[in-house]
Amino acid sequence: MWTMWKAASPNNFNPAAVPGLMRMPKSRGGCPATLMKKIQRLEMEGISKSFHGIHANKEINLSVGSGEILGLLGENGAGKTTLMNILYGLYQPDAGQIKINGRPVRITNPMESILFGIGMVHQHFMLIQNHSVIENIALGYKDTPFFFPKIKIREKVASFSRQFNFTIDLNKKIWQLSAGEQQRVEIIKALLNGADLLILDEPTSVLTPKEIEELIIILRQMKADGHCVIFISHKLDEIMNICDRVVVLQKGSIVGSADTDQTDKKTLARMMVGRDVVFNISKEKLTKGQQILRADQIHVTGDMGLPAVKGVSFDLYENEIFGIAGVAGNGQRELAEAITGIRRIDSGKVTINGKDITNLSPRHIYDHGVSHVPEERIRFGIAPGLLLYDNAILKQHHLKKFSRRYFLKYNDVKTHTQGIVDDFKVLTHSIDNQIRNLSGGNIQKLILGREISEQPRLLVASHPTYGLDVGATEFLRHHLLKLRKQGSAVLLFSEDLEEIFELCDRIAVIFAGEFMGIFDSDDERLCEIGLMMAGSKRI
Amino acid sequence: MIRLSYTDRYQITRLRTLVTNIFSLAAGLVVISIIFLIAGVNPLFAISEIFQGSFGSMYGFKETITKAIPLILIGAGLTLAFRAKFWNIGAEGQMLMGAIFSTWTGLTFGDALPGFAIIPLMFAAGFLGGALWGIIPAILKIRYAINEVISTLMLNYICAHILTMLIVGPWRGATRFGFPGTDNLPDAAILSVIPGSRIHYITLILALACAAILTLAIYKTRFGYEARVVGENPDAGKYAGINFFKTTLILMAVSGGLAGLAGVGEVAGIHHYLGYPASVSSGYGFTAIIVAWLAKLNPLYTVISGIFFAGILVGGDAIQISLGLPAATVEIVNGTLLIFLIMGDYFLHNKITVSFSRT
Repeated sequence: MWTMWKAASPNNFNPAAVPGLMRMPKSRGGCPATLMKKIQRLEMEGISKSFHGIHANKEINLSVGSGEILGLLGENGAGKTTLMNILYGLYQPDAGQIKINGRPVRITNPMESILFGIGMVHQHFMLIQNHSVIENIALGYKDTPFFFPKIKIREKVASFSRQFNFTIDLNKKIWQLSAGEQQRVEIIKALLNGADLLILDEPTSVLTPKEIEELIIILRQMKADGHCVIFISHKLDEIMNICDRVVVLQKGSIVGSADTDQTDKKTLARMMVGRDVVFNISKEKLTKGQQILRADQIHVTGDMGLPAVKGVSFDLYENEIFGIAGVAGNGQRELAEAITGIRRIDSGKVTINGKDITNLSPRHIYDHGVSHVPEERIRFGIAPGLLLYDNAILKQHHLKKFSRRYFLKYNDVKTHTQGIVDDFKVLTHSIDNQIRNLSGGNIQKLILGREISEQPRLLVASHPTYGLDVGATEFLRHHLLKLRKQGSAVLLFSEDLEEIFELCDRIAVIFAGEFMGIFDSDDERLCEIGLMMAGSKRI
Repeated sequence: MIRLSYTDRYQITRLRTLVTNIFSLAAGLVVISIIFLIAGVNPLFAISEIFQGSFGSMYGFKETITKAIPLILIGAGLTLAFRAKFWNIGAEGQMLMGAIFSTWTGLTFGDALPGFAIIPLMFAAGFLGGALWGIIPAILKIRYAINEVISTLMLNYICAHILTMLIVGPWRGATRFGFPGTDNLPDAAILSVIPGSRIHYITLILALACAAILTLAIYKTRFGYEARVVGENPDAGKYAGINFFKTTLILMAVSGGLAGLAGVGEVAGIHHYLGYPASVSSGYGFTAIIVAWLAKLNPLYTVISGIFFAGILVGGDAIQISLGLPAATVEIVNGTLLIFLIMGDYFLHNKITVSFSRT
């Protein structure tokens, strides 16, 4: 048998992004189909998994029974999705075992997990946009006949729809459906394949409030029918509303679990964030200078066509770091892109030093002194196949410093690049190296070096230390503080509360595209930041 | 069980590129040999005939250089478009449009103006024609997200039929006795050749100059930098404030324009009048795609790869005569070589490891 797969290389930035390349061996040993008794209880015992030496899951024990909705709560990167991918057979655990009805099982690929009765609705739907609903369902169904696949399935789907009160036009194409309807198609797919246990990964992140209510009704129905549901979320209100029991993950380990009727949001928030908030002010006291940025009632639309930023206003001064805390996906990316000109602002106004920069081109905004360390550094920050020194002038190549009429001054460019590499300790054997050969941390250092080398008035930094090791993180934070001291303003987006508290003068908490409040960093009300990040408190 | 795994090869040396290309061509020749065998021809003899015919004699070599001129011009232009990941398959049409524009210029002003004025004017007109034909798919892509592979390919046919319409209809020459084709260009509008050959040296010099200038443009100028960034990662281009519209428009104008220049050379240097599309071009626009690819998208290297593929064209003509093989043989040879060159790229960028294990 010939198999091909992509060997893990140190430069794979996101190992989770390659499930399509997973090896799918034929099931060996006891065929799961013979075990197909309804799942009464599923247990995971001592599950550990690490990627490149970093623990994604560490000795996790959890169990869920028939007729129960289990919430899995945690910040991004806490290991929720990794754990569920193990259950779904996408990853193999390094240690630990899974038991169904008390019997240990091995799940080596998604097909097997489906045969065991486990279904998963991913955060990003796995549907073919140009096919109809019925075609998509037939495609994923295990007993689809080869000829006339749709006819037989149609009756089955109809009966399921009646049972769960789904109203869905089976002949519509997927692209014509709303996100909520697409999700329902995914749920039908899973149920039709006999899923007794349904995993929902952040199911509400793409839904409108009304669709969320409909989803909750469906989930209650499933519970009444004796299904098990694992509901992954970082939103406290939903967890409290939907789940019977909740397990809180933090940095790959379980830090607590509770029945939802025996706990409150505050306790859960503290468990999720990991500590009562500690104030750790090591930065110098500086008086803020003139106003640099003023954002007034900004509205921005996200990739899915839904409003992502809803009427956000704030201002930012010289010698100030303004932090925006929040769980990823609450409008941070869209806000950063809107300010830096990559994304259109639907309404509202942004000014820099009093000049209106709303919807100017990214280059004009850069010329007004706004630098940007993007959240998606590989997607926006670099041209991977080009050399280090090409990438070091990505936003500055039009400046007089680097170009003379039509020509680029490559000698100056190389000197400049060498300067960044030396100052920021970018590890590379030469600046003639393609940037894709560098590790994520080193790429980030080069981007940061590039963005602050020209002494910006305002630096918009999105998760600048995400994925960096401790040394590099300290180094970058030190540079942000230095920038602050030199009179620049920094707009810092971060999920890392420690970072936010360590660096920022003022902090805003963002949830679902709105600010839940803006505080000075020594404001006592910030101890409730966990609640605000989860959207259940606004000040 | 045999397991194949691949890892990215991070450092690609020039030597490795060269060796990979040579191996790809060799592997392609093996497959071509099989085709020759099926056709009942001794493959070694046929392949040696091809290279004998093109590089083995003075006459063949002169012909090879003649045919290399349009290939270098078009190929160099294509490297620029391909670098920005704009898959321009329409060089054939752009070349014909250049031929149309320059023929009109030559016929209209050729009698009134001296050679040193009319020749540059014709080249300028040819560039303009090719550029206009190249800009159309660029606009379609940017404004309406229409796939450029389809639009450039289809525009080839539109242009060919426009040309046919012109030579059958309004432009049919009085001296053609009713056959399709324009009158011959006036003497002033005809490019002089190196005596004893068909090498129209002005176009040759122009081609070499264009290849050199484009190399400089791609690697040393702001525009080349922006085109490379856009091709490598359009999102990063947007982030860097590069005007995608402008960059794509310029590079397609240049890519099409160079193809247009090639059209001028063919009309004013070889045929001296505008005939049927197939006689004006003989597929240079398509062969040049392979030329650009073999040159690893470096315009300077198109000089070498252009001469190589011109050699195959000339050698192909030779084996048509000596072995009685059909004219399509050359196209089979070219196509096979392109497929193998593209496959070779995979092995250039990935390291394959084979391991054996028992299951």
